[in-house]
Amino acid sequence: MAIEILMPALSPTMEEGSLTKWLVAEGDAIQSGDILAEIETDKATMEIESVDDGIMGKLLVAAGSENVAVNTVIAVLLEDGDDADAVPTATAPAQQPEPSKSDAADAPATTPEAPTSPPAFEPVVPMEVPEGTKMIETTIRDALRDAMAEEMRRDEDVFLIGEEVAQYQGAYKVSREMLEEFGSRRVIDTPITEHGFAGLAVGAAFTGLRPIVEFMTFNFAMQAIDHIINSAAKTRYMSGGQMACPIVFRGPNGAASRVGAQHSQDYAPWYGHVPGLKVVAPYDAADAKGLLKSAIRDPNPVVFLEHELMYGETFDVPDVEDWLVPIGQALVRREGTDATITAHSRMVGFSLQAAEILAQEGISVEVIDLRTIRPLDEETILASVRKTNRLVTVEESWGRMGIGAEIAAMVTEGAFDYLDAPPKRVHQVETPLAYAANLESLSMPNPERIAQAVREVCYV
Amino acid sequence: MSGSNPKSKKTPKKKKNVSNYDSAELLHYYREMLQIRRFEEKAGQLYGMGLIAGFCHLYIGQEAVVVGMQAAIGDGDQVITGYRDHGHMLTLGMEPRGVMAELTGRAGGYSKGKGGSMHMFSTEKNFYGGHGIVGAQVSLGTGLAFANTYRGNDRVSLAYFGDGAANQGQVYESFNMAKLWDLPVIYVIENNHYAMGTAIARSSSETHLHKRGASFGIPGVEVDGMDVLAVKEAADMAVAHARAGKGPIILEMKTYRYRGHSMSDPAKYRTREEVNAVRAQSDPIEQLKQTILEAGFSDETALKEIDKEIKAIVNDAADFAKDSPEPDPSELYTDVLA
Repeated sequence: MAIEILMPALSPTMEEGSLTKWLVAEGDAIQSGDILAEIETDKATMEIESVDDGIMGKLLVAAGSENVAVNTVIAVLLEDGDDADAVPTATAPAQQPEPSKSDAADAPATTPEAPTSPPAFEPVVPMEVPEGTKMIETTIRDALRDAMAEEMRRDEDVFLIGEEVAQYQGAYKVSREMLEEFGSRRVIDTPITEHGFAGLAVGAAFTGLRPIVEFMTFNFAMQAIDHIINSAAKTRYMSGGQMACPIVFRGPNGAASRVGAQHSQDYAPWYGHVPGLKVVAPYDAADAKGLLKSAIRDPNPVVFLEHELMYGETFDVPDVEDWLVPIGQALVRREGTDATITAHSRMVGFSLQAAEILAQEGISVEVIDLRTIRPLDEETILASVRKTNRLVTVEESWGRMGIGAEIAAMVTEGAFDYLDAPPKRVHQVETPLAYAANLESLSMPNPERIAQAVREVCYV
Repeated sequence: MSGSNPKSKKTPKKKKNVSNYDSAELLHYYREMLQIRRFEEKAGQLYGMGLIAGFCHLYIGQEAVVVGMQAAIGDGDQVITGYRDHGHMLTLGMEPRGVMAELTGRAGGYSKGKGGSMHMFSTEKNFYGGHGIVGAQVSLGTGLAFANTYRGNDRVSLAYFGDGAANQGQVYESFNMAKLWDLPVIYVIENNHYAMGTAIARSSSETHLHKRGASFGIPGVEVDGMDVLAVKEAADMAVAHARAGKGPIILEMKTYRYRGHSMSDPAKYRTREEVNAVRAQSDPIEQLKQTILEAGFSDETALKEIDKEIKAIVNDAADFAKDSPEPDPSELYTDVLA
């Protein structure tokens, strides 16, 4: 049967082009792969290759023709036994191929509306701490170590990889004594090569292993952010659900003290922006332990943001078997009635101090520890604002496009009628962080600045 | 129907020693290479008809590389590559229907239409993608090898990348770790001489890419990537090396792509004469065909029969890809998180 050769599209947007030159003549023997013609648009010149073998029967569009519509029959190739004279001479565009719709043939012709919101995240169940449970004073550093060690004892597929995690015991001593317990197969010192070891760990996670990747700080993870986002976060979706990437990226985040701009940044909004990631930023030791254990067990990539200035701080951790804190649930750290403060990581402590200052002034503040940045626990925040009618957000990152901006938008959408004042954002000033002590101090939120923001939304 | 057309492909004159091969093996390579070529030609055609959109990077000309490499690996060995990935998937035994339907963005595609040409995977066939960020697959593929070492099995991973990716920093970060820990990874550099439109001599201070592992202590071999038997022999050696625990090895496949970098490439950076010369002198399929005929392993009629069968498979894949429905709108929000 004769084979029709159509005017091809060079790009999805091309509708017509010029046929500048034929490189074959009628009667030529054609093999697949042979170049038949040159076509041209305002952007490019391209060659048409034959996909089939045969004899060139008719050239239906003359060389030099302009404005040839895509899918016009431009030539007819004859296979054995075809008669060239029987070939039609019409050059109207062949029928445009229509992608079939997902509807069955008898269903309405319109494409169904896409759902407008994603399905709800799976419900999370917090663990009850029974009355009289013994509390153990623990530093955040040790709580993180205990979480990793417990999970590595439980699951042979979990391993720790990063710079100085093994022999040095961790740049911040978070992995103290882990090499001794688990050996160099499972506690792995890497070269200084963030892009490479992050990619290596993601590759290992694709096979079902559960790497914990320690970045010496999240500032250095900028070298690896391509693998965190393009390789880890997107692969489940791009594979239609076939591939998983169970991995934890963890390390100190935010501003330490007097270390200059390149070592001082809160990446919560960066990673919080990305579908396919979970992002966790705990404040106290119980959450550090319980959330890290949950993160290691999570089937998704989790970015776990710690704080360098918090590692040595001590908090109570419940002495219970297998302490787990669900990802995706905020915690009301202090109840109040006049205003809501949202914060994460170290800023939770500053916000609690601000609430104490304000209590002296007769202002009752509710402090919400976000704990998880993505998925954000919108319900807890909205319920609080519906009660207090005022919102102050606190974060170490820059304000523009930040966590506070997102929460303010979410509250405006979800509780607009309840607001008695515009929300207020407290955040690092919009500069790289300065080294000089006075400038650094002028840049960052502190309890007094948070208290002042609350006074402003309360109009006092 | 050949002979009368001046553009008909000429076959090379050198005669191959095929004493180590039997007819079934060579015909298998022939069939596999031809399937890639016909599949890619069909994909190009569907692109021209507007059925495939976006980026579409064809493997035409490079078929001998994946077919020769695949012949040297076994069950459980892993493969990962960049965005020019159709040939790798077909050679691994992934269904032509599922690959083509992913190209057309349909529910019957390997990624349910959510990945496209550059993003397909098969956990069943140990194919780990399909990656669109140039060089990313090198670190990821090193991680596949790391997982094999961690588990203490004897599997190896093949990490394919091009001459363009060979200039990415993470390639050398990966080389360093792979040799430091003697990971069982084979780096297959598909040197098709052009990184998009930039000729290798214009982008690389050292154009002999198999030497790029030297400062890490990684051996490298240059291979005629247009000769499937040369590829197979190099692959056997490299796989034995990695499986024996001797660590990574680099195979630089000197190959050539006939088509543009992607479908919308005007190819102003090279001449038609250059492309035609490679096709005439070194086409991997024509070379093998000649070898098969000279060795008396088959005849023109039987090879034509194979061609016919493959055309039927490819046409069936194209029909499936056209008829498969678009993904259901409810799929929009699935597979983001577990």
